[in-house]
Amino acid sequence: MSDTAVVANTGLAKFIFGRLTLESFPYHEPILVATFAMVALGGIVLLAALTYFKLWGYLWKEWFTSVDHKKIGIMYMVLGIVMLLRGFADALMMRAQQAMAFNGSDGFLPAHHYDQVFTAHGVIMIFFVAMPLVTGLMNYIVPLQIGARDVSFPFLNNFSFWMTTGGAILVMMSLFIGEFAKTGWLAYPPLSNIGYSPDVGVDYYIWALQVAGVGTTLSGINLIATIVKMRAPGMTMMKMPIFTWTSLCTNVLIVASFPILTAVLALLSLDRYVGTNFFTNDLGGNPMMYVNLIWIWGHPEVYILILPLFGVFSEVTSTFSGKKLFGYTSMVYATLVITILSYLVWLHHFFTMGSGASVNSFFGITTMIISIPTGAKIFNWLFTMYRGRIRFELPMMWTIAFMLTFVIGGMTGVLLAVPPADFVLHNSLFLIAHFHNVIIGGVVFGIFAAINFWFPKAFGFKLDQFWGKVSFWGWVLGFYFAFMPLYALGLMGVTRRLRTFDDPSLQIFFIVAAFGAVLIAIGIGAFLVQIAVSIWNREKLRDTTGDPWNARTLEWATSSPPPDYNFAFTPVIHDNDSWWDMKRRGYVRPLEGFRPIHMPKNTGTGLILSVLATAMGFALIWYIWWLAALSFVAIVGVAIFHTFNYNRDFHIPVEDVIRTEGERTKLLAAQAAS
Amino acid sequence: MGNTLSRLRILLLLPLVALLGGCNFVVMNPAGDIAVQQRDLVVISTVLMLLIIVPVMALIVFFAWKYRQSNADAKYEPDWDHSTHLELVIWSMPLLIIICLGAVTWSSTHLLDPYRRLDRIAPGNAASLLEPLQVEVVALDWKWLFFYPEYGIATVNELVAPVDRPVRFKITASSVMNSFYIPALAGQIYAMPGMETKLHAVINKAGVYDGFSANYSGAGFSGMRFKFHGVDQAGFDAWIAKAKASSETLSREAYLELEKPSENVPVRLYKEVAPDLYKAILNMCAQPGKMCMSEMMAMDAKGGLGLASARNILPLKYNISMLDGSSSTKNYVASVCTLAEAAREAADHRSTTTPPDPTPVTGAGLTRPGAAPAPFNFTPALSPAERRASNT
Amino acid sequence: MNVTTPTINGTEVPVFYVVDEHDHPAGSSTMLGFWLYLMSDCLIFAMLFATFGVLGGSYAAGPGPKDLFDLKLVALNTAMLLFSSITYGLAMLEMMKGRVKSTQMWLGITGLFGLAFLCIELYEFHHMIHEGAGPWRSAFLSSFFTLVGTHGLHVTFGIIWLVTLMVQVARFGLIEANQRRLMCLSMFWHFLDVVWIGVFTFVYLLGVLR
Repeated sequence: MSDTAVVANTGLAKFIFGRLTLESFPYHEPILVATFAMVALGGIVLLAALTYFKLWGYLWKEWFTSVDHKKIGIMYMVLGIVMLLRGFADALMMRAQQAMAFNGSDGFLPAHHYDQVFTAHGVIMIFFVAMPLVTGLMNYIVPLQIGARDVSFPFLNNFSFWMTTGGAILVMMSLFIGEFAKTGWLAYPPLSNIGYSPDVGVDYYIWALQVAGVGTTLSGINLIATIVKMRAPGMTMMKMPIFTWTSLCTNVLIVASFPILTAVLALLSLDRYVGTNFFTNDLGGNPMMYVNLIWIWGHPEVYILILPLFGVFSEVTSTFSGKKLFGYTSMVYATLVITILSYLVWLHHFFTMGSGASVNSFFGITTMIISIPTGAKIFNWLFTMYRGRIRFELPMMWTIAFMLTFVIGGMTGVLLAVPPADFVLHNSLFLIAHFHNVIIGGVVFGIFAAINFWFPKAFGFKLDQFWGKVSFWGWVLGFYFAFMPLYALGLMGVTRRLRTFDDPSLQIFFIVAAFGAVLIAIGIGAFLVQIAVSIWNREKLRDTTGDPWNARTLEWATSSPPPDYNFAFTPVIHDNDSWWDMKRRGYVRPLEGFRPIHMPKNTGTGLILSVLATAMGFALIWYIWWLAALSFVAIVGVAIFHTFNYNRDFHIPVEDVIRTEGERTKLLAAQAAS
Repeated sequence: MGNTLSRLRILLLLPLVALLGGCNFVVMNPAGDIAVQQRDLVVISTVLMLLIIVPVMALIVFFAWKYRQSNADAKYEPDWDHSTHLELVIWSMPLLIIICLGAVTWSSTHLLDPYRRLDRIAPGNAASLLEPLQVEVVALDWKWLFFYPEYGIATVNELVAPVDRPVRFKITASSVMNSFYIPALAGQIYAMPGMETKLHAVINKAGVYDGFSANYSGAGFSGMRFKFHGVDQAGFDAWIAKAKASSETLSREAYLELEKPSENVPVRLYKEVAPDLYKAILNMCAQPGKMCMSEMMAMDAKGGLGLASARNILPLKYNISMLDGSSSTKNYVASVCTLAEAAREAADHRSTTTPPDPTPVTGAGLTRPGAAPAPFNFTPALSPAERRASNT
Repeated sequence: MNVTTPTINGTEVPVFYVVDEHDHPAGSSTMLGFWLYLMSDCLIFAMLFATFGVLGGSYAAGPGPKDLFDLKLVALNTAMLLFSSITYGLAMLEMMKGRVKSTQMWLGITGLFGLAFLCIELYEFHHMIHEGAGPWRSAFLSSFFTLVGTHGLHVTFGIIWLVTLMVQVARFGLIEANQRRLMCLSMFWHFLDVVWIGVFTFVYLLGVLR
């Protein structure tokens, strides 16, 4: 630290800025400065465009303050995709570093930078890419699938979204103000304790996850209440669409696991801020308790991510095979079994801690047992295709790719559940290959299947096929090129998180893996092009029916995009493929008898609370105590103020409903005539 | 579509096959009996699972192709969604595989438990089982320290063991968690501060192998590597003699100097080691004046040291330099008796406990309920129930 | 594909939509949602209890529960919280009868009992820290302060919430929304009571017996 900075950091300056000094800005790191310049430029262009086209009012009124589950769902998806770009940039840097750092070369990233990159990659991909994408999907689809007009707690939904965004903003800030954690994505102590990580990195980690975690937990509560309470008449539990079932299980997992993350991170922050001894080496602390606790959250977390996508694959397979889902009941029970078992396996993440053979084999075997319901699911999809009429539209392509890829990941997963095998493969690149195999092969492929499947529902036009295929092949081939070499490297005893290598014979594998990452980059680029091209050609791709795929569940019964109120009349359900049933049994769309519809009002409170929470997080990270106290008081004050507003709903006038439905009638008539 | 996919997969394999020729798949081709058995387990499990994975993958591709929309010849049964027979097969097939794999897991986990004494040095060769070589391993920031208590020497970043003689590692760490891993020899196990893990292994082929930390531990992690030499008995004796001839001594002061973070540290040999240094490191009391954890736990078991002891703490300096050193010093408990007294007390304590049971343990690593823990022998992940049981 | 256009079908068509629909009553899911929240909060406490279970015997050669806990004081403290639960129950009975004034009175008494509880707890904490037995002294004390402190924080927020609701009842009366809110706070308050019984038993009583 230079002398001037020290001087600046005394007295008043220290009170105002905490430990934030000029030195905290990484202006001496060319990579970061260039990134900052690009981000700043992009940001300025975006802000200028928004101002020029006078979009601020529109965004504020129609989106930011909206409590409509559909708009919130879309905002979650946008957040996830934006963060995917950041997380993937980290991945590219890692691949480049590892492909270069041979023969005495140090690569292009020094340790303190590289260690942040792999930590940020993991944190961002799990918390700010996969979680928002999955939550967004559930937010958008679930109320439509159960015939509801919104979620149970619409304001809370908006608040949850903004809290997730607040966490994401804190992570992004760490890029240009200070640094991110250098501990790996789960921040194991003692390394993450104040003694070994005295910088702000771990604090960014803690507060980003805490702020976002509040959002995730509340959103989980919200969706459970929605599914339990707001189903359309006739929809018994065993008539719920399978995606709704998997969403329910996922949200149960969220509510039953995220509090643990919140608590364990709170304990870590107490260790760092107050000097308690939960996870310290001295004074009776036990760092291994953190490892246990974080994985009690962490293992359910991976099922939180994958279960809804299992639901997506079920919907897609049955829709594009033109068949009822094979074994609906066993699918539901398989999901429930996975939900429960996911709490009994956490120790398989650290067999090497030396818990003893009996404990290890217990957790190894419970882990294997999870593969039974998962295997049953694969078979169910397989027999859904059997004697079907499979249309290879994009969602189905992603699904086939998922099935073929995921079984490999499942196999290596079970292999890692055998404790003695884990002793030789734990923490190796084999492990990295395994979990990217299931997360890319399962979650990412599923998200793309879902986006291609439901995009026409959300926006009223299909996505472009050609660019969709480019994106598909980029991702699928890229995945195999990027991760099959890592399986091999794992078998050569190469460990994860290494920055430099001695053995030159390994280099070729890393180069192949880097090539795979480039293919994935093409896949991501093609996806963005696909969106742009589809918007450009939207008239050609227009879906006027509301049911472009001849699909089966309730969300396809309404128009694309659905009106604010989703359904003019609440549907009555007779079958688990309710829309298919309606189509088959001569459902007649009601044309009169409309009534005003009761809806929640928009509010900006969620956004304000989240801004304050983010400010508090930032203040705590930098020890700016006055700001932390101020924003905390403001949060409590705003929340209380919000409860004084009793007037939170309104009725959509019947004229509006008649007009909206009349337009749809006209569209459908034109469609029928053509 | 499925067809093209499968063709592409074959294409994908080609460059890989070409690549694999010149590489050292050490996990698949190890040189120690334990690692060989672990390798076999990897292979057996994989084959067991392939029994179901391969048909499933084939069926996915086949069904996707057969029931494509353009194939009007294929049967179409849009309402067929249930078959009890099929469901039975669907659930029982994976179940059967998992039962087999579960049985393999249960027995192999116990047989290959790192805490378990070896009962053979190679398949069918239990006869020539020698008394194990004792090695005490300490993961430091960012290098490895090995003690050879039988020979009174220590080394940094070099491990040597005679071929076909079992080795018994006791493993701990000085500051953060690492994982001790020599792929050619045996699977890894964590090295954790204030805790001790154990590993039993044997090397069957002479050679030089890689050892390293498999768990990320901070900035110098990439360079935390050492060479493991498997040598014949004569070579081992020569190496011991070489170490004995070294000029360096690992005193407590030298250790505290060594403990400070450093990267890519060259090999060092010490002809002599301060008495009980490993035990002091394990008990987090290498620093003079600091109370040992064993002592602390003995006092805690008696209900603490009373109200006055609340202030018996001194500030502790961390090794890693801090940006803002003022706010983040931690405390430690000051030693209340001299080192000699502590050692005597520990010895007394040892004499009152039951001798360790040499039979292979089932829940290895955990103290049996009722047996007091050996004084310097912390067991990791002790559950509260067990801790309470061992305190009584 | 004109499946969505109205067609006349000869066969009997089942009912596919609700013609005569009523609004969802506002807050119909609130109770379920609040229960779910309480369960998530319960998990946080469960984890803190587990932490205390693991670390509760690690005194780091420092003072243990016997040296620090004053059971008489804790018994008094427990009584405060239990009384506050009873008075909250009385407030709810009055609310059912629609009596604003007596509801407010019992709520006020509940708040005072809560405040007394907090003051005693703060006194206890202050005393321990003054003796040098702060949360940084040992893992036992860390987990003790965190578990008891988290409960105390919940009580603090409960009191803030209580005051807010009293103001709202004063301004808007015992309208449906306020009744619902009072019900939620009631669950919260009793939940804290249950947690405290756990704290009293496992931390204080068993600690002294240990």
